[in-house]
Amino acid sequence: MPTVDLRAEPLRALNRALHALRPDTNETRWTVVNPDGRHAIAAGLDAPIHVEIDGNAGYYCAGMNKQATVVIGGNAGVGVAENMMSGVVHVRGDASQSAGATAQGGLLLIDGNAGARCGISMKGVDILVKGSIGHMSAFMAQAGTLTVLGDAGEALGDSLYEARLYIRGAVTSLGADCVEKPMGDAHREQLFAKLKEAGLAGEVDPGEFRRYGSARSLYHFHVDNAGAY
Amino acid sequence: MCGIVGLFLKAPSLEPQLGALLSTMLETMTDRGPDSAGFAVYGDAAAGVKLTLRGADARALATVVTRLEAATVQACAARARDTHTVLTVDAAAADAVRAWLADHAPEIDVVSAGRRMEIYKEVGLPAAVADRFDLAGMAGSHGIGHTRMATESAVTTNGAHPFSTGLDECLVHNGSLSNHNDLRRRLRREGIRFATSNDTEVAAGYLSWRMRAGASLEQALQASLTDLDGFFTFVVGTRTGFAVLRDPIACKPAVMAETDAYVAFGSEYRALVGLPGIESARVFEPEPAKVYAWERH
Repeated sequence: MPTVDLRAEPLRALNRALHALRPDTNETRWTVVNPDGRHAIAAGLDAPIHVEIDGNAGYYCAGMNKQATVVIGGNAGVGVAENMMSGVVHVRGDASQSAGATAQGGLLLIDGNAGARCGISMKGVDILVKGSIGHMSAFMAQAGTLTVLGDAGEALGDSLYEARLYIRGAVTSLGADCVEKPMGDAHREQLFAKLKEAGLAGEVDPGEFRRYGSARSLYHFHVDNAGAY
Repeated sequence: MCGIVGLFLKAPSLEPQLGALLSTMLETMTDRGPDSAGFAVYGDAAAGVKLTLRGADARALATVVTRLEAATVQACAARARDTHTVLTVDAAAADAVRAWLADHAPEIDVVSAGRRMEIYKEVGLPAAVADRFDLAGMAGSHGIGHTRMATESAVTTNGAHPFSTGLDECLVHNGSLSNHNDLRRRLRREGIRFATSNDTEVAAGYLSWRMRAGASLEQALQASLTDLDGFFTFVVGTRTGFAVLRDPIACKPAVMAETDAYVAFGSEYRALVGLPGIESARVFEPEPAKVYAWERH
């Protein structure tokens, strides 16, 4: 169970050591102390390990994550879990903007609030935010789910391709081509599964959420829309 | 990219440490702005007005100050720090001193004027700039710093922040404004003076203009959301106030921390790491288009 103090060791040494781990490594639990908001902590992991970051992280923490579980004890800076492929990234505090940007798989769980552009261009990740999210979230989202227990800011789901947005609270406004859609049994089932994955089964009622998705009217160019460009 | 830091003390017990804390914060933001750096410190109130002058080098500035003292009946208390000198003059004589400087030593810039505020800025790495002026040795109630990576105008000391366009008023900016030329023209007509072609100075001038008309700092910032076009995160200081505003798109980063002893701002959390009690501070990201303001009474 290695513990790495980032005031004593350079960040690059930590990331290099994490990158060098083999899939069958026995060093599966790592603790990082004094992160002090450094950028790109535990980015680019590709091993089934558990990394606990004891404090606040800077930009792109756990970016490109594959297989690993990364837990950030405090707040995360811009682009936490950006382009995640698989695994779990758990932020116990708040996340700054562009959380889970372009992420293709895995689960991003945020206990606090997420800033603007949460899930921008998401491509298959499941994001669950226990607090609220900022403006332009799920902008151009392509696949995956974004579940929010609180509210969503302006222009939710602008220019959405696909992806399912489940919001429990108020939505300030919907972006272009994002519409509310009916919640069917399949959606409630999916939402329940995502809540369960986040350890919220039985605590949060899927019936309290509304579903938003793409109206699919921007998929193809219509000359009638020319004025909107 | 630029780096901004700000520290507003609620607890007078921290005042002797203001400069030391601010200089650590400023140096941490070197990665975001290695071109030039500057800072404003609100220290003890002068009996008159403090004019912070800047010359090309310390000797040239000292010569001008000697000539100024000989030429005006006004007694000036002068304190030199490298390329800057703080002159303390009677409030009534401040305009005459400025006029004399404009006529006889146009190469000298008046960087700031105020009862409490002093501004220092130079080209160079933030650590070197802080060191030249001994920021770490300064005391005060609040301070604002900036590390610059130039985009809208050249790497010169005149392009370095903070900008000041009113007594004890200063502003630092991360971002760029797109309607600054038009706004500068309008504000000049209203009597606001500009020393550079820099976009940030226009934002400072805009707030000075609003506050001159009676708006509070908070109200002036609220109005700027309508009248300024562009990207910005602002940190603003007045004699007793400190405020933060991000534009509605909020692309430029910002983190704040608040405890019973202080309010701190950083472009990144890294800048706040050295503050006392940061582990238990409330750390949050200021929301877009929302004015955050603190006032010390």
